[in-house]
Amino acid sequence: MKIMRPLLAFAAGLSLGLIFTAWAGESPWHVLGVLFKGAFGSRYDFGMTLFYMTPLLFAGLAVSVAFRGGLFNIGAEGQLAIGALAMAWAGFSVPGLPRPFSWIFAALVGASVGGLWGGIAGWLKARRGSHEVISTIMLNFIAAGVVSYGVLNLFKNPESQNPETVSVAPSYLIAGIPGLGDAPVSWALLVGLGLALILGWALERTRWGFELQAVGKNENAARLAGIPVERVQILAMVISGAIASGVGLAEVLGSAHRYKLGFSPDYGFVGIAVALLARGNPWGVIASSFLFGALHKGTADLDLETEHVTRDLALVIQALIIGAVAADGLWDSMGQRMAQFARHWRRRPEQP
Amino acid sequence: MTGSLLEATLRISSPLIFAAMGGLLCERSGVIQIGLEGLMIVGGFTAAVVALQTQSPAFALMAAALAGAAFGWIYALLAVRYKANQIVAGTGMNFLAMGLVPFFSKVLYENTGTTPSLALEYRLSWVSAVVLAIGVVTALAWLIKKTPVGLWIRFAGEHPHALEAAGVRVHRVRMWAVMGGSAIAALGGAVLSIGLASAYSRNMVAGRGFMALTALIFGKWRAWPALGACFLFGFAEALQFRLGSVAIPAQWIQILPYVLTLVVLAGFVGKARAPSALGQ
Repeated sequence: MKIMRPLLAFAAGLSLGLIFTAWAGESPWHVLGVLFKGAFGSRYDFGMTLFYMTPLLFAGLAVSVAFRGGLFNIGAEGQLAIGALAMAWAGFSVPGLPRPFSWIFAALVGASVGGLWGGIAGWLKARRGSHEVISTIMLNFIAAGVVSYGVLNLFKNPESQNPETVSVAPSYLIAGIPGLGDAPVSWALLVGLGLALILGWALERTRWGFELQAVGKNENAARLAGIPVERVQILAMVISGAIASGVGLAEVLGSAHRYKLGFSPDYGFVGIAVALLARGNPWGVIASSFLFGALHKGTADLDLETEHVTRDLALVIQALIIGAVAADGLWDSMGQRMAQFARHWRRRPEQP
Repeated sequence: MTGSLLEATLRISSPLIFAAMGGLLCERSGVIQIGLEGLMIVGGFTAAVVALQTQSPAFALMAAALAGAAFGWIYALLAVRYKANQIVAGTGMNFLAMGLVPFFSKVLYENTGTTPSLALEYRLSWVSAVVLAIGVVTALAWLIKKTPVGLWIRFAGEHPHALEAAGVRVHRVRMWAVMGGSAIAALGGAVLSIGLASAYSRNMVAGRGFMALTALIFGKWRAWPALGACFLFGFAEALQFRLGSVAIPAQWIQILPYVLTLVVLAGFVGKARAPSALGQ
């Protein structure tokens, strides 16, 4: 039953959202059809679903790792932005590197900067006792300012009217996955999938994963068992930030080939929903990022295909899914009530 | 010159003050309120719609407060009654507000999140917004410090078990505190849409809810210092408009409140102590 809950939550969120569209005067079946066709209707649509899935996969994994360590990383948005900018910087500042060193270099630079940004929150939590939720919110805004300064004042592309950096060198580009109707989805997706598999394994089978989960489940017990809680927490946030920077692989190296200011439609925040739905399980994140990617692509078509509903429906459905996942107590009390009811029903005939 | 800088500071601060005070009421009762952004969105949109319909800013404010309370009720149900993780539920509420407003706006006005413009005489003057804001701070400071209800709220936030032992239902105190706080926070959005602007427009709130949360923390969860923080942040923004981006890049001034708060939060300047039962 517990394993079914995420699916139940997704279904509940989607259905409630569709009922809402009925209230707006739209046929829920029609909306559902548009969502489905928008996400899976053609090779191109499917490619776009995968395109949106890729950043959500990285963001979801980032949030999940922290989550398993008992930390709430609301700062994936800032970490991915600053990490992706660092990746772009690597791409245009060191143009001479051949493949695959260019990719490794860019990934390392991005992960270091993203990891550093996450690590600040981890350090503040472990050493100064600042709640990571609050400090990551602050760091999101600080990252937004720093990135905006970097793009507009330091690395601005002089030939473009748009707020974007100069292009990365050709050897840094990650090729698109062929056969998907020219959708801008790149092989970065494969990197994300590999990372998810490795993380899922590492969480269950390595000392790092064991210590992380021990700290996440009970900090005091972990401390008594001799686990260096503070170091584990700082490392968790560093890794979380480093994973978040992976969004740059998809966006900067894989599709836009430069850093475009404001490229992220809140990937970092949707990543929270992705991680929650997967309950912090990296393998589950693969499935949930796919569902959220499909939702993002499907709702994008609502603007044109329906009269009364817009792509903002995605936000409503996300909220409802989060609510359904969050209200664990609600499910529990519903379950208890049903069990009570069933007991009551069964006992009845026996009573004189 | 300085007079208009003062005016700009007061103008910009007033929505922050409401949201920060709303957050204060929730958090002092022990419930994390990360959904201030969403509440401002809901309040701003509701006020603009009702002001258009009734042509009365007073009604608009009342409606915004009611909508905020209703939204806060959903949050309280999740966070207090069903013990959902408060950060998760708050994040969900922000998403919900961001999604619902364009939805209703599409139904009402055939666009995605901008209400028609309001005539000048039906708007709220910035002076009355500021006066109202200071009034709310005074009332809240008095409520929390001097009244039995305030004592309950403080105990719900610091020692919920003691309050329970004294025969007061902690859940009920928190439910009401969250609903009241949400109503006040929604007024911040209302002041933004029908006071500082002439309509609600998409992305109008633009992080102000989080900035109010920042001010609340910078003010160490106390009413008057939080008011001071709102003024400080408002001043920084006003200064930014004044200076342009010639002297200091705009981004440095933008991030200043968050850097300062991070430093305070880390305990480098006195200790910022949250209510001890916050989030439990």
